Amino acid sequence: MKKVVITVVGKDCVGIIAKVCTYLSENGINVLDISQTIVRGYFNMMMIADIDGCSKNFPKISEELDEIGKKIGVVIRMQHEDIFDMMHRI
Amino acid sequence: MINIYEVLETNDMILRENLDVRTITLGISLLDCADSSLDKLNDNIYNKITTIAKDLVSVGDDIELEFGVPVVNKRISVTPISIVGASACKTPEDFVTIAETLDRAAKKVGVNFLGGYSALVPKGMTKADELLIRSIPKALSSTERVCSSINLASTKTGINMDAVSLMGSIIKETAELTKDNDSIGCTKLVVFCNAPDDNPFMAGAFHGVTEADAVVNIGVSGPGVVRNAVSQVKGADFETLCETVKKTAFKITRVGQLVAKEASKRLNVPFGIIDLSLAPTPAVGDSIAEILEEMGLERTGAPGTTAALAILNDQVKKGGVMASSYVGGLSGAFIPVSEDGRMIEAVTCGSLTIEKLEAMTCVCSVGLDMIAIPGNTEVSTISGIIADEMAIGMINQKTTAVRIIPVIGKDVGEMAEFGGLLGSAPVMKVNSFGCKDFVNRGGRIPAPIHSFKN
Repeated sequence: MKKVVITVVGKDCVGIIAKVCTYLSENGINVLDISQTIVRGYFNMMMIADIDGCSKNFPKISEELDEIGKKIGVVIRMQHEDIFDMMHRI
Repeated sequence: MINIYEVLETNDMILRENLDVRTITLGISLLDCADSSLDKLNDNIYNKITTIAKDLVSVGDDIELEFGVPVVNKRISVTPISIVGASACKTPEDFVTIAETLDRAAKKVGVNFLGGYSALVPKGMTKADELLIRSIPKALSSTERVCSSINLASTKTGINMDAVSLMGSIIKETAELTKDNDSIGCTKLVVFCNAPDDNPFMAGAFHGVTEADAVVNIGVSGPGVVRNAVSQVKGADFETLCETVKKTAFKITRVGQLVAKEASKRLNVPFGIIDLSLAPTPAVGDSIAEILEEMGLERTGAPGTTAALAILNDQVKKGGVMASSYVGGLSGAFIPVSEDGRMIEAVTCGSLTIEKLEAMTCVCSVGLDMIAIPGNTEVSTISGIIADEMAIGMINQKTTAVRIIPVIGKDVGEMAEFGGLLGSAPVMKVNSFGCKDFVNRGGRIPAPIHSFKN
């Protein structure tokens, strides 16, 4: 399993989750956890996903998610889960 | 499993508070490059660096992309060149050819600085050490990315005052040769007491002779993260303040540890140490002085500044050592004037003086760093400033350093512009009473009594 954290930050609008999830499912990326909140008036979503089943490499997925984000006016970032684990788990 | 608030906290640190990994520094031993033929030596050095470090920049960039944390600098440190070139170099000009080779190698692999144009002379200078030191002005003015450091003193051996005296004139000469660019050559030249073998930060990085053939060292940073955390506990007591800094330092260092492990794995080079230093940049919100002021000082330099810096330095170490098993280098808070926007303001408004900075170096990780002084400062005065700083390091068993820039053609109140991460520095007033007869006595200052621990 190769776990990544995908974050979506921006103004809330219809279909953000749908568009991101459609991309993930088309590329064989399994969503393990999903949550969302509003911080400083902005929509924040976090997904933990497994990219092991995806044939594309990390930079490619990251770039394509970035493009989707630009189309719907939000910022989408993908990062290895390790950075959060290291910082918040002893 | 990680929750959304933890993810947001980490990303806020990166995106809003300038958390970054300041440098991945690849230490490379050049001992096996030594040869009595200067041409052969230069070839060996170029080939070794460009082979071992060929993937350094791309690995740094990949890590940045995949973990989402900026890896600002990729750098190289090498074995002190006075040792590597001892057999081949008969003149200072011979050493300059090595500096040029190092510069070419740095450009080839794409690193912005390469450190190790160095000599370790705390007790005495070999012929080669002296030739290298005398070559520094030419070497730093004819290269772009090479950094030079000289270890002049240690708690174990005392202070080599002959070398201190010599370095005063070398710094001045370097300033003269680069006067068209506000004496920028001096920003790449630092003198040390108790120089660490594994420091990843420039200009003082070199790959010590006690190190393995190649090693990855990491410098983490994040003054903005600490400042933000401190601002959350305004008015709280010292215990709360210390706890806050400590916890933040732990989190910052964990990121460094992750990057260190990844870089080591991908480069197939062993991991050495993490340097816990908080290193400012000229960017707003990335300042050590802002942290001190957030603790409750009106301006950095006000009474209380040394105590505030002592707290910061100590808590950073305490939080950091639990986050990584291998901590080394300088590890503490840097106070480079030109690289810290709020520090510059403190100097400009008259709150911060060289004498106060000297006091601050007793409790922080390094020393008088990136300080511009008038270009007409006497050579012996520069040596005197160095001697004072070396004495602080020697007696307190800590690393101290001097990176001072006599800006030729400029005087107190004017600004020296270095550009980029090096920033800009207001020329500071120096005590003009003489010390020539003291610094030029010749010989060594003996090691202090508490060095005899054996």
